[in-house]
Amino acid sequence: MAKIESSLKNMILSLTLIALGASAALGFVYEVTKQPIERTKLNKKLEAIKAVVPSFDNNPDQEMFRLPTGEGDSLEIFPARKGNEIIGYAVRTSTQKGFSGYIGIMVGFSPDGTIINTNVLDQKETPGLGTKMTEPAFKDQFNGKNPAVFKMKVKKDGGEVDAITAATISSRAFCDALERAYNTLKKGGLI
Amino acid sequence: MSLVKQFTKGFFRENPILVLLIGMCPTLATTTSAINGLGMGIATTFVLTCSNVVISLLAKYIPDKVRIPSFIVVIASFVTIVDLVMQASVPDLYETLGIFIPLIVVNCIVLARAEAFASKNKLLPSFLDGLGMGLGFTMALGILGTIREILGSGSVFGFKFIKGDGILVFILAPGAFIALGYLIAFINKIRKA
Repeated sequence: MAKIESSLKNMILSLTLIALGASAALGFVYEVTKQPIERTKLNKKLEAIKAVVPSFDNNPDQEMFRLPTGEGDSLEIFPARKGNEIIGYAVRTSTQKGFSGYIGIMVGFSPDGTIINTNVLDQKETPGLGTKMTEPAFKDQFNGKNPAVFKMKVKKDGGEVDAITAATISSRAFCDALERAYNTLKKGGLI
Repeated sequence: MSLVKQFTKGFFRENPILVLLIGMCPTLATTTSAINGLGMGIATTFVLTCSNVVISLLAKYIPDKVRIPSFIVVIASFVTIVDLVMQASVPDLYETLGIFIPLIVVNCIVLARAEAFASKNKLLPSFLDGLGMGLGFTMALGILGTIREILGSGSVFGFKFIKGDGILVFILAPGAFIALGYLIAFINKIRKA
């Protein structure tokens, strides 16, 4: 098999052609998969909103707006309406304090500030320990609680939250995210 | 070497995980459950087979001095294709495997087969080599994932057969090392016998 000589011209030519072929293939796949990927993402978001606020008849995703947290960033707020009346806000909140960093949570508040339900969107916590935050045994204890009177801290820190056994850091992070959502809504004057 | 042997060597004699001990990082990290291990294995098999085929076809036209960058471009393209397709079709699995899908690019098995085999062989043997190696990798990951899932969460493919938790350490990183160590010891034992 006669090899092509490693001259500058040959090297540039072959690399350019390979890169061209590769980018053409990638462009094609990107175009084909673009819509399904967007649809999955949107569905996931809508499902998460549906899970945390009572049944609504508007499109919360289109009415999404941002509220500053007061810590230099902002949170996405999805208002849920029935008719013209606001029946709740889904807040996409997050924290960096998880055992493995970022945790994203969708949390629904009724207009008086009571937590309706929570839904963990992204987490990389330790499997079998911190991942229990996605299970009802932990997350449902927040449902129906109003952070104005409910002490949003784990019991170890003097609060009222039952932490997950062996995953106190993850439990604290969860509370931190919910508290950020509540404070942001409060500052924005929505509750 | 016969074509059949090219295909079967990846399963046992030259199994990348259990015998050659390459590609350890994704092996240890993604095998927390059987389905994760298999998903990772299948994604890698696809990349390995496709890149082997393309590289065996292109090898003649690639000057020696730029062969590694060329291989990397080919491999990275297939990885991106897998990445996009998985994102579109199996979003849940894609999320669990997370960063390890893009990292298939630097999985040394893929580049090792391209460099050591596909660049020196014709289309058909390269195809069989990639497929065999990939399936051997998938098999090893599947076994390891199943063992860790049974011991760690008391379930098989997500079906729980015990109440409560298993032995948690097997889901965590140390459990990966322990399970893999025993698996390799076992394979060595029957290889020698």
